[in-house]
Amino acid sequence: MTSTVSPLQPSPGVSLGTDPGAAADAAVAAILDATVRPAARAPRGVVVDSPPGAGKSTLVVRAAQELVGAGERLMIVAQTNSQVDDLVDRLALKAPGLSIGRLHGSDARPAPEALRHPNVTASTKPADLLELDVVVSTAAKWQWVKDVDPWRHAIVDEAYQMRSDALLAVARLFERALFVGDPGQLDPFTVVGTEQWAGLSYDPSSSAVVTLLAHNPAIVPHRLPVSWRLPASAAPLISTAFYPYTPFRSGTGPGERLLVAGTRPDGSAVDAAIDEAAEHGWALLELPARLTVRTDPQAVAAVAATVRRLLDRGLTAHSEQGSTPLSPGRIAVGTAHRDQAAAVRAALTALGVPVDSTAGPAVTVDTANRLQGREYDVTVVLHPLSGRPDATAFHLETGRLCVLASRHRHACIVVARAGIAGLLDEHPSTEPVQLGVTVKFPDGWEANHAVLAQLAEHRVRL
Amino acid sequence: MSLLGTLARLEAVRSGRAEPLATVRHRHLSDRPLVLVPLAAAAEDGAPLAVLLGTDRSAPRLHIVPQPLNRGQRYAFLAAFADDLLPYLESCAAEVERIEGSEKDPQTGEKIPTFRELSADAPQLIVPNPGAAQHLALLGRATRFRRTAEDPDPGRYPAPTQVPLLGRWLTHLTDRAKVPGSSLLLPMTGLLARHWATGQSQLEDQHLGAQLAWHEPPSGLSGAEAARLVESGRDERGQLLHPPAGPTTDPRFDEKLLAPAIGRYDAALAALRHAQDEDGPESPRAQSAQASAERAVEQLRALLTEVLLPTWHDVWRGLDLLRTLPPAAHLPERWESDRWSFTGHRERVAAGEPPQPRRDDAVTAARKLAQREREQVRTDVQEALDDPLAMAERRLAGEAFSGEVTELVPDWDTSGRTPKPRPLLTVRTADHPHADLGREVHRAGGPAVQKAVITAVDPEQGLITVRVASGMGRKKEPEPGSLPAVGERVTFTLFELTARQSAPLPEPDDTPWTHGGPPSATQDSPTTAEEWE
Repeated sequence: MTSTVSPLQPSPGVSLGTDPGAAADAAVAAILDATVRPAARAPRGVVVDSPPGAGKSTLVVRAAQELVGAGERLMIVAQTNSQVDDLVDRLALKAPGLSIGRLHGSDARPAPEALRHPNVTASTKPADLLELDVVVSTAAKWQWVKDVDPWRHAIVDEAYQMRSDALLAVARLFERALFVGDPGQLDPFTVVGTEQWAGLSYDPSSSAVVTLLAHNPAIVPHRLPVSWRLPASAAPLISTAFYPYTPFRSGTGPGERLLVAGTRPDGSAVDAAIDEAAEHGWALLELPARLTVRTDPQAVAAVAATVRRLLDRGLTAHSEQGSTPLSPGRIAVGTAHRDQAAAVRAALTALGVPVDSTAGPAVTVDTANRLQGREYDVTVVLHPLSGRPDATAFHLETGRLCVLASRHRHACIVVARAGIAGLLDEHPSTEPVQLGVTVKFPDGWEANHAVLAQLAEHRVRL
Repeated sequence: MSLLGTLARLEAVRSGRAEPLATVRHRHLSDRPLVLVPLAAAAEDGAPLAVLLGTDRSAPRLHIVPQPLNRGQRYAFLAAFADDLLPYLESCAAEVERIEGSEKDPQTGEKIPTFRELSADAPQLIVPNPGAAQHLALLGRATRFRRTAEDPDPGRYPAPTQVPLLGRWLTHLTDRAKVPGSSLLLPMTGLLARHWATGQSQLEDQHLGAQLAWHEPPSGLSGAEAARLVESGRDERGQLLHPPAGPTTDPRFDEKLLAPAIGRYDAALAALRHAQDEDGPESPRAQSAQASAERAVEQLRALLTEVLLPTWHDVWRGLDLLRTLPPAAHLPERWESDRWSFTGHRERVAAGEPPQPRRDDAVTAARKLAQREREQVRTDVQEALDDPLAMAERRLAGEAFSGEVTELVPDWDTSGRTPKPRPLLTVRTADHPHADLGREVHRAGGPAVQKAVITAVDPEQGLITVRVASGMGRKKEPEPGSLPAVGERVTFTLFELTARQSAPLPEPDDTPWTHGGPPSATQDSPTTAEEWE
């Protein structure tokens, strides 16, 4: 369980001297070129690996604009309804000239943000939308579309979250496709056993991109080299811990993002953790070691108190985008399980913190799965291994920790019981090795240790 | 493991006996199940050693491979095994039902009635544990492509004709066993673990004898002590009092008893060949060598019977325990799916289709995964509807709530041309569902499918108000009896009560470029030479 890459040593290939903007622009230009003007014998797919916050959504919007500008119509596949609504909203804002179709299921009304634009048409029937420049829907809805001529171009967003069997069902709808996604996030999953297909290139439960690359070896994935979201304090850790072979850097340098509190600390550990996070980008608020139920009441209370103090202390976030007060809408709480999220929501409600986004700006409280692709100024994370007696494959999954630790623009505060390092050492990953399955690197065990080592330097004991 | 499951295990630790996890039986049990206890030879994966099987608990039949390394003997064993198993499978198809359906004529679009025959019964194999099922899957893999003398090109080592047929059936049954809620092939440890919690870990529950020890510990012993005795008690020869349920055997049995017995058999065979060569096959020396070889086989049979019988009886005891539970209401529905599976495979064999391919192609794998996910949802929902204990697990997980109706306020949706009933129902509950406002809930156990939307939640008082949106008939006033009365107990679930249909997948010949295109016909051709000797 050791690797040749030491967790915190800067990765090779990241040259800190070059201008991040120029490097990112060059990467985007190459991707757009390959998508819009493919060479004569180029493979039918273009794959883009994007680390957290590297401008994936911007890329999708630009690619859509350029394809339509070149006289094409295209379809876009995203994975969840909220991703589709986000994308439609963004596309309609950036490109008011495009006609956009929002294809949706009969029991899933699109969000108002997606429908507020005059150039967006929503329908449950593909036939209503065929003439539009861009049609956007979820993979689940696209699977049911039939009796249409295939599109020449498609964009598949969050392609690493898409399951291989979903791609199998929708691939008949397009000739060429741009696949964009973050390989470090959570893998798709299923609740039934799939060992019998492990090692097959088209294992239906694996990620769509894994299958695509296995069958199309000529496709060389492009990479976006700069994370615009992660601050300079976070990018090196996330890059070395979760993307050891595809390093990236932050778009901003040290000191370019500042989090300033309006009031002095009250001397509590919670305030000390907030100050530590404001200064260094990371804080570990550590509770005494103890085995607990999943919804550990003390840890949940610590999370809620941290959020309450974040709001009470009048923090201001200064960044290249200007200065904004830290409002509830800019804070997220991440957990591993839904019942933990529910417990945190209840605790926050009791402290008077808004958590229902339908009733105005609210703190987002959700599981790692649902936080994928989202961005906040400050995140508070209930560590997946806090208080556990064992470290299962679920809790060790690399993607889960990566999602939780890479949602923030300024700071991330992790709340955990002491003793996680010992727990990890007692539970090395023991998943059986399957023939033909590419070993995922880094494994969750290694990544967890790397993150813990960093957090240990910013520990505040409760 | 669910919270309720953990609690039941803790209770079992305290009481020293297995504690119930279900009030009804969640798997179909055939009136005539075939119990099958296989043993594998050590060292070679999937090499059969013996199998004890039968539908009569007092008359198990034993088949063995006297020298497990001898491939010829292995196929003689498999032929005998097939002769024993296949008639049982065939007997289940003795009666058929005619199922009427309809099909759209592709040209005229008219509906044409169609009839399909559905076997009235289906086989049910009960094995001791998942390892036994896995062993049968390996046997199926090893035999379904074997060529026989009837093949156009029988190869150098044709197998007895029934052997590939056995392989196809074993493959089908073990594949079907991966579908959640199916009952054609069931491991007893899994059946018991679904219905009772023991005070030991799930890993320890894989030992059928130890798991059963928690159900009927000898007087004076707790379940844990009885289980330990089963796991590790040895006699004066150093042999386990209760041999493991297989398919692997106790190494000490292999070393002290099995290996010497096989050695004696080998020696007797060598002596027989020697005598036949030197003195001729009819000579007195050859005849006495023949007798001692037969004695060696008898000794092996006696030895293997001795280690198989305890597990044989355990499986039947497990069946007795399961039969004490009343069957769940949805079992006939799921068993019908099993009967279709059996009927379908029988028809494919009869139609002369080739055996199941070595590997599923992309489309078949995706179809199977979709089916298993659908069946998992269906089984979970049906178990919750059939069994208050299963529903309690969902309630504890915040996925459902039960309580007494405290108020029913009539109200109408007047947005349309005619007003539709949309009454408000308030339930007092001690459950803590993840009840977000606007969330759709489904009434469990009502007279009809009924959906509602959560409109108010008061966690302090334990009150949840929902607006009922369907299942009240077409008139202005709700149909009498379609709504619960004040004081009545109701259960609403946050999960849907039917599994969603799976999206259509392309035909294998239309496999897209992302998945490597259509599978080439030769790649998995069953006649590709596979030599097993």
